Amino acid sequence: MGSLTLKNIRKSFGQVEVLHDINLEVEEGEFVIFVGPSGCGKSTLLRIIAGLENATSGDVIIGGERVNHLPPSKRGIAMVFQTYALYPHLTVAKNMSLGLKQAGESASVIAERVKMAAGMLELEPYLQRRPAELSGGQRQRVAIGRAIVRDPKLFLFDEPLSNLDAALRVNTRIEIAGLHRRLGTTIIYVTHDQVEAMTLADRIVVLQGGNVEQVGSPMELYNDPDNIFVAGFIGSPAMNFLDARLLDMPPEVKTIGLRPEAISLGDDGPIAGEISHLEHLGADTNVYVHVNDKLLTVRLFGQHDYEVGSTVRLCFSPESVFRFDVEGKRIR
Amino acid sequence: MQRVKHNWLNLTLAHTALIAYTIIALFPVVVILVNSFKTRKAIFREPLALPNSETFSLVGYETVLKQGDYFGYFQNSLIVTVGSLFFILLFGAMAAFALSEYRFRGNTLMGLYLAIGIMIPIRLGTVAILQFMVAAGLVNTLTALILVYTASGLPLSVFILSEFMRQVSADLKDAGRIDGLSEYRIFFQLVLPLVRPALATVAVFNMIPIWNDLWFPLILAPGEDTKTLTLGSQVFIGQFVTDWNAVLSGLSLAILPVMILYVIFSKQLIRGITSGAVK
Ligand SMILES: Nc1ncnc2c1ncn2[C@@H]1O[C@H](COP(=O)(O)OP(=O)(O)OP(=O)(O)O)[C@@H](O)[C@H]1O
Ligand SMILES: [Mg+2]
Repeated sequence: MGSLTLKNIRKSFGQVEVLHDINLEVEEGEFVIFVGPSGCGKSTLLRIIAGLENATSGDVIIGGERVNHLPPSKRGIAMVFQTYALYPHLTVAKNMSLGLKQAGESASVIAERVKMAAGMLELEPYLQRRPAELSGGQRQRVAIGRAIVRDPKLFLFDEPLSNLDAALRVNTRIEIAGLHRRLGTTIIYVTHDQVEAMTLADRIVVLQGGNVEQVGSPMELYNDPDNIFVAGFIGSPAMNFLDARLLDMPPEVKTIGLRPEAISLGDDGPIAGEISHLEHLGADTNVYVHVNDKLLTVRLFGQHDYEVGSTVRLCFSPESVFRFDVEGKRIR
Repeated sequence: MQRVKHNWLNLTLAHTALIAYTIIALFPVVVILVNSFKTRKAIFREPLALPNSETFSLVGYETVLKQGDYFGYFQNSLIVTVGSLFFILLFGAMAAFALSEYRFRGNTLMGLYLAIGIMIPIRLGTVAILQFMVAAGLVNTLTALILVYTASGLPLSVFILSEFMRQVSADLKDAGRIDGLSEYRIFFQLVLPLVRPALATVAVFNMIPIWNDLWFPLILAPGEDTKTLTLGSQVFIGQFVTDWNAVLSGLSLAILPVMILYVIFSKQLIRGITSGAVK
C-alpha cells in the first residue's frame, strides 16, 4: 500500500544533471530520511516523488502503481513544507480541509478527519483562527495536520523543523516520531540535520552531489560506513581523519578515521598531539588536539581537565580505526 | 538629548518639504474648484479670491449639464477606464504568472518581447490602428478604445507583476497543487490576493493617462455617442471664445470619479502592504 520504489531517477535542469540514477526501495510503514549537504538534491528528489517536478527519466512507483504521469493530488501523498505554506486567507480548519474538499469528500468525513487531526495535534482551540494569528510551532502543527487529514499512503516532509527554535524542534521531533508510531504510514523526510536523521529514521539515505552514497539504519551507517563521506557526515562531533602514514598500515590505506568517542587520552598511545582547546559540556568534555597541523576532536565521557598546550598521547583500540583507500572507499 | 534634537529637526524639515509639495500640487486643483463656482467676471478680476455672495454662480455647471450629453460622456469615460483597467490587470497578471511560474523554452525571450512595449509609444501606430479598426468595423465604439488602452497598458503591467509574482512563496503554490487546486484557482485564490499591492500600483499608473487621454477618443471614437469626458469638454474651448465657467466646472466634475477610483485602489494598496500576507 504505502511502499515506494524509485527506479533510475535522473533529473536535469537545463544542461546540469542534479540527480544521477537514483534507485531506492522503501517498504510500507518505514521512516526513511534523506540527508546530505546543501544542494545535493534532497528537495529535488522529494519533489519528484510528490509530482511537483518531473524526472528527466526513471520511474516513481507508489504502492505498486507507477505514478509518473499522475498529478500530485492523485498520488496519495501529503507534503509538509519548511515554510509551512499555509493558505493565509483561510482558517486553520479550512486549511486542513481544502484538500479533501477538492477531492470531493463528504462534509461529515471532512469534519471527522479534521477533528481527529486537530485532537492529535492539540489544535482544537485554534481551528477558527487564521495562520497569521498562530505561533511558529502552531503553524507547523497545522501544516502537519493538513497532511494527516488527507490520510495519505506516503508522507513527505521537507526540512519541517528548520524554522523552529531549538526547544520546539526537539518537541516537534518527538511528536513526529509519535505520529509515525500511531499512524504507521510510510514517511520520507528530508533534513540536513544529522541528529534528526539519527533519532527519527528507520533507514537513512545519504546523498551527495546527486548520488546515493549509502543506505542503511542509523547504526549501520555509524558503525559501518561505506566511504569517507558517510563516515564524516554521520556522527557528531564528526569523525577525525588522519594520514595513514602516522600508523603502521598496509600501503593501499591512504586515510584513517577515528571517532571522537573512540579515543582516550593517556601516556602511551601510537599518536602524540598538543591540546589546543577544551569544551566542557557537563556530561561530556570535548578536547581538541593538534596532531601535525590537524585538529582532532576527542570526546571524553564525564568531566575532565587538561592544560592547554600540554602534550598527550591518543589511545584507541585497533578495531576502532576506519581505513579508507585513495578514492575514499572503505577498506574493511 | 543630541538624538532627540536631531530627530526633531529632521521631522520639521521633512514635514516642511512635504507640506510645501502638497500645496504646490494641490494649488491648481483648488484654483479650478474655487473658480468653477464664480461668475465669469470674478474669475478674471480676482482669480484667487473665494466666491462671495456677489460673485457666487453656478452658471458653469448649468451650461455643462445642459449642453451636450455630459452624463453620457461621463459614463463612456468610466466604461473605458474601468474596462481597460480590468483587462490590463487580468491579462497582465495571467501573463506575469506564466512568465514567473513556468519554465518553458523561450521564457526569457517572451518576457523581453513583452517588455519592449514599455519603450515604444503606442501612438506611433495610430495610422495602422485606425486602419485596423476601420476594417474591423470598430470605429466609434468604446470597444476600440478599451482594446487600444489594454494593449498599451499590458507591457508595463506584465513587467511589474511578474517581478512581484516571483516573490510569492513557491511552497504555497505547491501546497495548493498537492491539495488538488487547479492552476487557475492557484492563480486567482492564492497568488492574486498576495500581489494586491502590485495590482493597485499598476491600476493607479494606468488609470490617469486613460481617463485624461484625448488622442485616441478623438481619432477612434469622436462620435457623439462614444465621446469621452475629455473629448466632450473640448466643445467649451473654442478658437475665438472659451466658456471658462463651463471648462472649469467640467474639469471639477471630471476630477471626482478618478479620485474615487484612486481612493479605492490606494486603500487596497496600503492594506496589502500592512497586512503582511504570508508567514
Ligand atoms: N528550478 C531549478 N532550476 C535550476 N536548478 C535547480 C532548480 N532547483 C534546484 N536546482 C539545483 O539542483 C540542485 C539540488 O537542489 P535541491 O534544492 O534539491 O538541494 P537540497 O539538497 O534540497 O539543498 P538544501 O539542503 O539547501 O535544501 C542544486 O544545485 C540547485 O541549484
Ligand atoms: Mg532543500
